[in-house]
Amino acid sequence: MQQLGFFSILFAAVFTNNILLTNYLGMCSFLGCSRELKTSAGLGGAVVFVMAATSVLNWLVYAFVLVPLDLVYLRFIVFIVVIAAFVQLIELIIERVSETLYTALGVFLPLITVNCAILGASLFMVIREYTFWQAAGYGLGSGLGWALAILAMAGIRQRVTQRGRIPRGLEGPGIALIIAGTMALAFMGFNGMVNLN
Amino acid sequence: MMTTKQWSLFKENLGTQNPVFVQVLGICSTLAVTNVLKNTLVMCLGLIFVTALSNLTLSLLRAWIPPRIRMMVEVLVIACLVMLVDIYLKAYAPAISRQLGPYVGLIITNCIIMGRAEAVALTSPPKTALIDGLSSGIGYAYVLLIIAAVRELLGTGGIWGVTLLGGGWQNWTIMVMAPGGFFVLALFIWIVKGWILNPARKAQA
Repeated sequence: MQQLGFFSILFAAVFTNNILLTNYLGMCSFLGCSRELKTSAGLGGAVVFVMAATSVLNWLVYAFVLVPLDLVYLRFIVFIVVIAAFVQLIELIIERVSETLYTALGVFLPLITVNCAILGASLFMVIREYTFWQAAGYGLGSGLGWALAILAMAGIRQRVTQRGRIPRGLEGPGIALIIAGTMALAFMGFNGMVNLN
Repeated sequence: MMTTKQWSLFKENLGTQNPVFVQVLGICSTLAVTNVLKNTLVMCLGLIFVTALSNLTLSLLRAWIPPRIRMMVEVLVIACLVMLVDIYLKAYAPAISRQLGPYVGLIITNCIIMGRAEAVALTSPPKTALIDGLSSGIGYAYVLLIIAAVRELLGTGGIWGVTLLGGGWQNWTIMVMAPGGFFVLALFIWIVKGWILNPARKAQA
């Protein structure tokens, strides 16, 4: 595999290999919280932050603890514990430091522990054998890509439900999936610019 | 063997309370692995194993789990079970394990398992919890298998690697790519909700 730098990976993770639209990760909260632009902005922001930080943390734990001790098979447990602990810590800090930030982001933090995109980013990074900077770029890029997707989705969804006439069986998740599919089609236009995998 | 209540729980999880098309949970992995039927089957078996056993374990432990850290305990139990699945696949089906990649690990964050643990395992006796876990797993599995069959058939012209649509069949490559998954699941939900589970139609019949 050719060695990609920080920015190429960042770009690839946002556009060509968007974690939501090509790997389907983080769908639950994507469908559940994309009804309003404001909520999705909050959730998106929280995901960007947590994903960027936990990818780096998990990379460090993996490279300096799990590999030397030959405990790689424990990675699922270790990664999820790192993520859960990090989220809990951030929640505590934000609550103390800033009231406004807590109301904007804090409520979304517990949701994020079980967001598959966060764990997925860490697992992809291990499978693709990223270096430290690549992992950092991938974590940040995936977070941004996820946030971009949910914001676009919320915008489109608001319009569609206001103006469009949706068949009864498609209301709610059904129409959201169709919109997501169309978005995924659009994002395929970026294919070939940079390629991960 | 099963009491009436357990049996109705079993049926609900397959039909009117199906985790995929009614509750719309756990679809991350639903879509990601459904472009090839074989991988889907492996994934489904893994998921049934994990939901059933995590429900059983948590139900047995429920008296000793402090409520404040229950999420943590749930995640740890689930993660241990997923690790077993992963190690087993690596040993006996290395090719499939490589293709599934991170998605086996992602069973941990599959919302169905957490949802069932929260809703049922922590409040019911072990047998009910086991039946509930099993049936949610099966309810999830059959939907996935149908979606995978449709995608593989249209995307590659065959099922399970056997070519069925010969001759002038042009593969719908889009079906095995990301957007195809979204569209097939959306159509599936539409058909089920608008047709089979529609209360107005039921009243007429």
